[in-house]
Formats: sequence, C-alpha cells, structure tokens
Amino acid sequence: MNINLTLIGQMVAFVCFVMFCMKYVWPPILAAMAEREKKIADGLAAADRASHDLELAQEKAVERLKDAKHEAAAIVDAANKRGVQLVEEAKQAAIVEAGRVKAAAHAEIEQESNRAKELLRGQVAALALAGAEKVLGAQIDTAAHTELVEKLAAEL
Amino acid sequence: MAGSTPTVSEYITHHLTNLTFGKLPSGFERADGTFVGADGAWVFADGGYEASAMGFYAIHVDSMLWSIGLGIVFCWIFRSVAKKAESGVPSGLVNGVEMVVEFVDNTVRDTFHGHNKLVAPLALTVFVWVLLMNLMDLVPIDLVPKILEWTLGVHFQKIVPSTDPNITLGMAVGVFILMLYYSIKVKGFGFVKELSMTPFNHWAFIPVNLFMEIVGLLAKPFSLGLRLFGNLYAGEMIFILIAALFSAGALWMVPAGLLQVAWGIFHLLVIPLQAFIFMVLTIVYLSMAHEDH
Repeated sequence: MNINLTLIGQMVAFVCFVMFCMKYVWPPILAAMAEREKKIADGLAAADRASHDLELAQEKAVERLKDAKHEAAAIVDAANKRGVQLVEEAKQAAIVEAGRVKAAAHAEIEQESNRAKELLRGQVAALALAGAEKVLGAQIDTAAHTELVEKLAAEL
Repeated sequence: MAGSTPTVSEYITHHLTNLTFGKLPSGFERADGTFVGADGAWVFADGGYEASAMGFYAIHVDSMLWSIGLGIVFCWIFRSVAKKAESGVPSGLVNGVEMVVEFVDNTVRDTFHGHNKLVAPLALTVFVWVLLMNLMDLVPIDLVPKILEWTLGVHFQKIVPSTDPNITLGMAVGVFILMLYYSIKVKGFGFVKELSMTPFNHWAFIPVNLFMEIVGLLAKPFSLGLRLFGNLYAGEMIFILIAALFSAGALWMVPAGLLQVAWGIFHLLVIPLQAFIFMVLTIVYLSMAHEDH
C-alpha cells in the first residue's frame, strides 16, 4: 500500500481516456441521440398532423359526395326532361313525315288515276269508233270523226 | 486453522501485495540473500517488504495494466457505439451504451449548472471506468492470480485496480487539478478571496479562514479517492477472508459458500454505488469550482 509512480501513471491514463471520450465518444453519441429525439418528435407531430388532415379529408369527402349526389340528381332530371322532349320532337317529326308521305301517296294515286283515265279515254274513243263502224257498216272516215270522238271522250 | 502452506496470514498478505516494479536502493539485501549494487536496481519486487523499500520509484504493474486495459475496454466499446450511432432504431449494445450516456447526461444536467464541455465526458469516463474496475472485484479472487502464476510465473497479482490507493487517488488528484484550474479560470482573484474571506468576513480572520478553507479544499480529493479505495479494499478483504475460510476444513465449506454468495450480492450494490458516488462528487466539485458568488 505504498504511494508511488502508479499514482502519476493513473493520472496520465485518466487524462488520456477523458480526452478520448471527450473527442471521439461523447459528441457522436449525443448527436445521434439528439437527432433521434428530434426525429421522433417530428414523427409524432407529423402523425398528429396526418390524423388532423385525415379528419379534414373525410369531411371534405362527405361534402363532395353530397355535391356529387346533388349533381347526379340534377343530371338525371335534365336527362329525363331531354328524353321527354326528344320523344315529343320525334313524335312531331313522325307526324309531319307521315303527313308528307300521305300527301305524296295521294298525289301519286291522283297521277296514276289520271294516267289510267287518259288511257281509258283513248281506248274508249277507239272502241266507240269501232262500234260505230260496225253499227253503220260503213267505212267511217277515221280522220274526220276521230276529232269528234275524242272530243266526246274528253267529256267522259 | 489451515494446516498446509501458506498460512492464512501469508495467504492474505499475498493477496494484498501488488506486482511491483521499481528501483531498489543500493546495498539493499534482497529476499534471496543477494545485495543490490551501488546504483540500485530496477527489478520486480519479491514481496511487500521489497516493494516498500522501493519507495516512490516503483510502479504497480498489475494495477496499471488492469486499469489501462479496462480504460481501453471502455473506450473501445463506447467508440464502436459512437461510430455506429445514428438516429435510427437502436439495438443491443447501442441501447445499453446510450442508456448509460443518457443517465450520465441527466446527472450532469441536474448537478452541474455551468457551461463546460469537459464535465459530461469526464463524468462518463469516471463512471464507466470506475464501474469496470470495481466489477473486477466479482472475479473469484484466486482465479486470475493462479492462472498467471501457472502460465507466466507471475507471483503477485491484484486484479482490482480500485483497491489500490494509487489508482483512486490518481483520479482524485486529476479531478483536484481540474477543480483548481476552473476555480482560478472562472473566479480569478475571487478564488483567493473565497479562500481567505470565508466563513469569517473580516481581515483579522484571514489566517484562520485560509487554514480552514485549504484544509476543506484538500479534504475533497482525499475523501474522493479514499472513499472509493476504502469501500473496494474492504470488499476485497472480505472476499479474501471468505476464501481463506474455505481452507479451514470441510465443515466450513457450506457457510463459506453461503457467505461468498451473500457478500457477492451485497457487493453488487456497492460496485455501481461507489462508481456513481465517485462520478457525482466529481461533478459536484467541478460545479463548485464554477460557481462564482
């Protein structure tokens, strides 16, 4: 239990270890710990913010959904109206078209009947002349009586 | 009691002797009967008598090596963690080291109110180093000395550096020098005033004040170093006595074993406690050195 050079040796070693610790051990460990602390604090803050954001987003989503429903209802309404209108228009168009087709048919029938009448008139004239020839038993001057007969036929 | 050699007192003395390398004075008669030459001789002491004859010019090789070795263990562990340290999720060793660092950091924050970058690393070094040195006390006392004796032929070995007053006082004196340095640096002339004008603030009492304050000042490093030494030395002593009890006969085996366990458990409390006290007092003393009234 003598006090000797060991005391000095221990002092020197002490100084060396403290200096090593001060330079190479303490700062990096403390820096890492502080950084982690900050990271965790940031993380917690971010989580808080995120949950708040989520709440807002949910509210917004509900609102948007309501809007969308309204809009959809309006669109359906408008579509229904337009559908009814289209049907109405189509009806009108159909009626007009039908009238037009009917008129054309009438005109065609008229024309056909006129043409048939024309034809019949000619044939009636020829028949009348032939009949008259037989009745008179004589040659009728076709040229002289055609005009007369045709006049007669025109009166038919 | 013990019938075989060595006797109990020899056994105890052997365990309390450091492996000492030093200079024997000239004309000294060594244990083997030879005489030291005119210039003295640097040799390993053969027993406590030779070691004390060496006086100041001797070094406890075992204390020094174990203490520096443990210091290197501390530096190595903490440095490897410091290199790995990052802000991610810590695990294993990093966790443990960070726990110690945070504990020391909190203690320093609570106790030390000045601004000094040295105090916290100093406290960490003191705490971990002293803790490691104290922990050596839990190694069975005969284990390492016997192994060294059989393998290397080393006759003396004390593996607990903090049972060597040189070691504890060495650190205490280191702290004391820091105290003086910061007292003068922070307070300047105020330090002298503090020594001479307290507790009696009158010029006539200056000698009394000086005497009291200087005794108080000097008591700090001594109490710091000797408290640690005393506790660990006592603990070591009990372990040696219990170990000696084992050789007292078969009947003593069981009580000795129980005592060993009981004292070991009790010592588990003493070891960190003494390391903690050493650290806290270091911080407190340095804090006092920084307080300018």
